[in-house]
Amino acid sequence: MNVPSDLQYTEHDEWIRVEGNTLTIGISDYAQDQLGEIVHIELPEVGDTIASGDAACEVESVKAVAEVYSPVSGTVVAVNEDLDDEPEKVNEDPYGSWLVKIETDEALSGTMDAAAYTAKIS
Amino acid sequence: MSDLRRTPFYDHHVAAGARLVPFAGFEMPVQYAGLKPEHLATRASCGLFDVSHMGEVRVRGPKAEDALMWLLSNAIRRLQPGKAQYNAMCNHEGGVVDDVFVYREGPEDFMVCVNAANRAKDFQWMVDNNPHGAELVDEGDDWAQVAIQGPTAVDVVAGLTDLPVRDFARHDHRRGTFAGVEGCLVARTGYTGEDGFEVFVPATDAAPIWPAIVEAGAPHGLVPVGLGARDTLRLEAGNCLYGHELDATTSPLSAGLGWITKVKKPGGFIGCEAIVARRDAGTDRVLVGFQVDGKRIARDGMPILVDDTTVGTVTSGTRGPSVDAPIGLAYVDRAHSEVGTELTIDVRGRMATAHVVKTPFI
Repeated sequence: MNVPSDLQYTEHDEWIRVEGNTLTIGISDYAQDQLGEIVHIELPEVGDTIASGDAACEVESVKAVAEVYSPVSGTVVAVNEDLDDEPEKVNEDPYGSWLVKIETDEALSGTMDAAAYTAKIS
Repeated sequence: MSDLRRTPFYDHHVAAGARLVPFAGFEMPVQYAGLKPEHLATRASCGLFDVSHMGEVRVRGPKAEDALMWLLSNAIRRLQPGKAQYNAMCNHEGGVVDDVFVYREGPEDFMVCVNAANRAKDFQWMVDNNPHGAELVDEGDDWAQVAIQGPTAVDVVAGLTDLPVRDFARHDHRRGTFAGVEGCLVARTGYTGEDGFEVFVPATDAAPIWPAIVEAGAPHGLVPVGLGARDTLRLEAGNCLYGHELDATTSPLSAGLGWITKVKKPGGFIGCEAIVARRDAGTDRVLVGFQVDGKRIARDGMPILVDDTTVGTVTSGTRGPSVDAPIGLAYVDRAHSEVGTELTIDVRGRMATAHVVKTPFI
């Protein structure tokens, strides 16, 4: 399983990149492998407010539906519209296929680094 | 998963890297290479399925035919030795105990193949509803079973047996040697909507045939296929799955199985009167196929609405790889069952539009 070292990870198998006030969120290689072929992603609207712990997106494969949670409260500033037509990109390139960007005043907490995440999924 | 049973082919699934899941008390392969490639390979060339978890009941003796005429919905008396026949085993309320396939091996010798999840229930039901006194034997543990399905299945099977399988009509079966194992029952039956064969193999001799089939199948594009793709294949073919389209409350007529439900057969059968009464009352929902507009998958249990009124429920749903769209089966009020009817499906709180379509979907 691919676990890039420059990202943070959550217990729900999301990856997070922090750039100033903006969090970029996607799902890990492990998550896409567990889900199987992704057929649809329900993305929020730009401008939506999100509370910490809310589901920001829904990722649907043939066999399951997984919710993607926001670890912070904030505002959705971007969604990856390429995934509307080609949701399977998340399977092919989970770390290159971000789902949402959230702007926040909160500090990120409750996440783990690559080493800890690798241990979790092993 | 230590309290789960394993089929004779378990070690081969592990060696092939299959993802194993609990199913009907067995540890079964749900996928090998992936749902979509396995599904598409079955339609393009050939898939190999381990279906050993299914059950078999031997019904034997001078009263066997009478017993099965009473227990089952179809015209068992017209079933010839060497042929197989789909049947519904019904309860007294006109619902379905199980959908089964009957292989008649002789005038007084039948093998009834039953769903894995219903093995114990079905055998007990047959024992409890045997006024004619047929001999009933639970042979579930005696048989392993494989299915080989797809356009090249006949080439694979012909290479593994001397039986004249190329000349088998659909639902023909014969006993013979298969992949070196004697006493197999080779049948031109299947669940995927493709041509193919199901082979019953004595369980004690079965394990080596899996790699033998894989090797013989390689030049014909055979791949192992798990339960995940088995479900998408049968759904595209419009086939019912017990526990979804069929259960103790569903009449076979509602499920579109009127063609195997011979309500006029002499002597009737268990549930016949209730089935006719429900048919005449006309209030049962009917099973339809639907296709969702867009990408969302409608799943088992989701409510179906027309103009904000609940008119039905989804029984099975998936994205069919061959159809390349979200499809499913559902029970709906008769008034909304015509092909072309627009339905609204409540997909986790957000409404999706779908249309009733003909089945099979392929």
